[in-house]
Amino acid sequence: MAFENKDMAKRYWGENLKIMGILLAVWFAVSYGFGILLVEPLNQISLGGFKLGFWFAQQGSIYTFVVLIFVYVAKMNQLDKKYNVEE
Amino acid sequence: MDIQTWTFILVGITFALYIGIAIWARAASTGEFYVAGGGVHPIANGMATAADWMSAASFISMAGIISFIGYDGGVYLMGWTGGYVLLALCLAPYLRKFGKFTVPDFIGDRYYSQTARMVAVFCAIFVSFTYVAGQMRGVGVVFSRFLEVDINMGIIIGMCIVFFYAVMGGMKGITYTQVAQYCVLIFAFMVPAIFTSIMMTGNPVPQLGFGSTMADGSGMYLLDKIDGLSAELGFNQYTDGSKSMVDVFFITAALMVGTAGLPHVIIRFFTVPKVKDARISAGWALIFIAILYTTAPAVAAFARVNMIDSINGPDLKGVSAEQAPGWVTNWEKTGLVKWEDKNGDGRMFYSGDARNEMDINRDIIVLASPELANLPNWVVALLAAGGLAAALSTAAGLLLVISTSVAHDLLKKGLKPDMTEKQELLAARLSAVGAVIAAGYMGINPPGFVAQVVAFAFGLAASSFFPAIILGIFYKKMNKEGAIAGMISGIVFTTAYIVFFKFINPEMNTPDNWWFGISPEGIGTLGMILNFVVAIAVNKVTAETPQDVQDMVESIRYPKGAGAAIDH
Repeated sequence: MAFENKDMAKRYWGENLKIMGILLAVWFAVSYGFGILLVEPLNQISLGGFKLGFWFAQQGSIYTFVVLIFVYVAKMNQLDKKYNVEE
Repeated sequence: MDIQTWTFILVGITFALYIGIAIWARAASTGEFYVAGGGVHPIANGMATAADWMSAASFISMAGIISFIGYDGGVYLMGWTGGYVLLALCLAPYLRKFGKFTVPDFIGDRYYSQTARMVAVFCAIFVSFTYVAGQMRGVGVVFSRFLEVDINMGIIIGMCIVFFYAVMGGMKGITYTQVAQYCVLIFAFMVPAIFTSIMMTGNPVPQLGFGSTMADGSGMYLLDKIDGLSAELGFNQYTDGSKSMVDVFFITAALMVGTAGLPHVIIRFFTVPKVKDARISAGWALIFIAILYTTAPAVAAFARVNMIDSINGPDLKGVSAEQAPGWVTNWEKTGLVKWEDKNGDGRMFYSGDARNEMDINRDIIVLASPELANLPNWVVALLAAGGLAAALSTAAGLLLVISTSVAHDLLKKGLKPDMTEKQELLAARLSAVGAVIAAGYMGINPPGFVAQVVAFAFGLAASSFFPAIILGIFYKKMNKEGAIAGMISGIVFTTAYIVFFKFINPEMNTPDNWWFGISPEGIGTLGMILNFVVAIAVNKVTAETPQDVQDMVESIRYPKGAGAAIDH
C-alpha cells in the first residue's frame, strides 16, 4: 500500500470524491440545468445577440466542460502531492 | 483551377503524408500495436483522440442538422462533449492505473469472470462495427462528389489507405496519423467558417460572429434575423426548438454517457505514460474537439441565413430559376437538392409551410458552405480533404478496437491462451485485415439499417459498459453476479426498445407511443439506470466479492505505481 496507513487512504479517497462531486455538480448545472431545464427563463436574458439559455446549450456548456477538466487535473495533482501518491 | 484539380492535389498530398507516417511508425510488439507502447505525449494523444472521436458525422453532418433544427441541435453539441468530463473525472485515470489493454480486460479482471469478459467483447465488437460501416460510406460519398469517381471505387481507395497504416502500424501508426489528420480536418473546418464569419458579421471569430450584428448595415443581430425569417416562413423558431424537454434531457444524457462508454475512446487513455497524463489527455482532447464543436453552431447559423437569402432573394419573393444560386445548380446534379415549381411562377421558394418548393438534404450544408458564401475553389477542395481525414481517422480507431477485441480478448484471453506474442501480433494484424474488408463490404452494400443503428451504438455503450465500469471503480463490493445481471438487463431493455420502434413498428415511432416521451435515441439513459438498479439489487443477495479483487480496486484509486500498460 502506497499510503502510510488505512486512514490516510480513506481520507485521500474522500477528498477525491469531494472534488469530483463539486465539479460534476457544475457540469450538471451548466448543461442539464442552464441548457435544458432552465432554458426558457434564461432565454429572457440576452447576452449580446444570444439568448442566454440558447448560448449555454450551444456554446457556454462546452467552454465550461473544458475548464472543469483542467481544474480537476490541477486539484488532483495537488492532492496526489499532499498524500505523496504521485508517480 | 477548378474544384476537381484542387481536390486531387490536396487529397493526394494528405494521403501521401498519412502513408509516410505509417511507414515511419511501424509497430514491432503487441504493446506498440495495442497501445502505442504507452508512450504518447498527452497533447499528441489529445489530438489523436479528437480525430478519432470526430467522425464524418461530426465533420459533415452535425452543423447541417443544427442548421435545420436550431436549439434542439444542442443535444449533439452538449452530448458529444460533456461525455469527456465524465471520462476525465470518473474513468480515465482509474482505467489507466489498472494498466491493461482493453475495456473487456477491465471488465473480465474486475469481475473475475470469463462470462463478463465475453459480454463486454461482444458489445465492443458490435458497437465498433456499427460505427465503422458509416465511416466507410462517408469516405465513398466524399470521393464521389468531389473526385467524380464511382462511390464503390472511393470506398476501395479508402480501405487501402486505412489498411496500410492500421494493419502495419497498429495503435502507434494510427495515433501519429491521427495527429496529422486532426490538423487537416480542423484547418479545413475553420478556414471557411472564419471567412464566412468575416463576410457576414465582420467578426473573424465564428463563435462570436453568430452572436453579432449583420454586416449588411441593418444593425440586426444574426440570430434575431433567423428567428424573424423562421416566423415569416413557417419554420420552427431557431433559438427555441421543438423537441420536448424530457426528450432533450434523455438524448443528451445517452450521448454523454455513451461517449464515455465507447471502447475506441476509452482505449485512448491506455496509450499515455502516467495516470496524470490520462487525466490531462482528456482535457487536451476536449479542447481540440471544442474548437470544432463551438464553431459548428456558428457555421449552422451562417448557412441558414445564406440558404434562405440566396433562394428567396432580398425581397422574399424567390429568385427566378435562371438566376438560381450556384450551389443550388451544383448540388441539384447530385440529387441532394431538389426544386419543384409547384405554383408555376418560375421562381424558387423555400419555406416551412405549404409554399415550400425546395428539398434540401441536411448533409450538404457543411460541404456546400464555401459555395453558399462564394468562397474560392481551393476552400471547397480543402473541405473534401478534411471530410476524408475525419472519416478515415475514426475508421482506423474503430478497426483497431475490433482487431484488439478479436486477437487479445477473444483468442488470447479466451479460446487460445497459449499463443506467443508473435502469434498474437499476427492474429491482431489478420483480424485488422478482416475488419477492413468487412467494413468495406458494408460500405459498398450498406445494410438499410446503418442510419438507424447509430442510436444503438450509443445506447448500448451507455447501458452496458458505463455502469459496469463506474461500479467497478466506485463500489468495491460490486460482485460479478450483479455486474453481469446489470449489463444484460441494460442491453436487453435498450435493444428491445430500439428494435421495436426502429425495425418492428417504425410507424409507431412517435412521441405519443414513447415511454415517458423518450425517443429511441434517448432510451440508453433509461437502460443505464436500469443497469445500475439491477446490478445493485442482485449484488445485495449474492456472494461477496473476493478480497483480492477488493484490494485491486483499492489500488487503482491512487496513481502511485502505475507501470506502462502491460500484457499479463
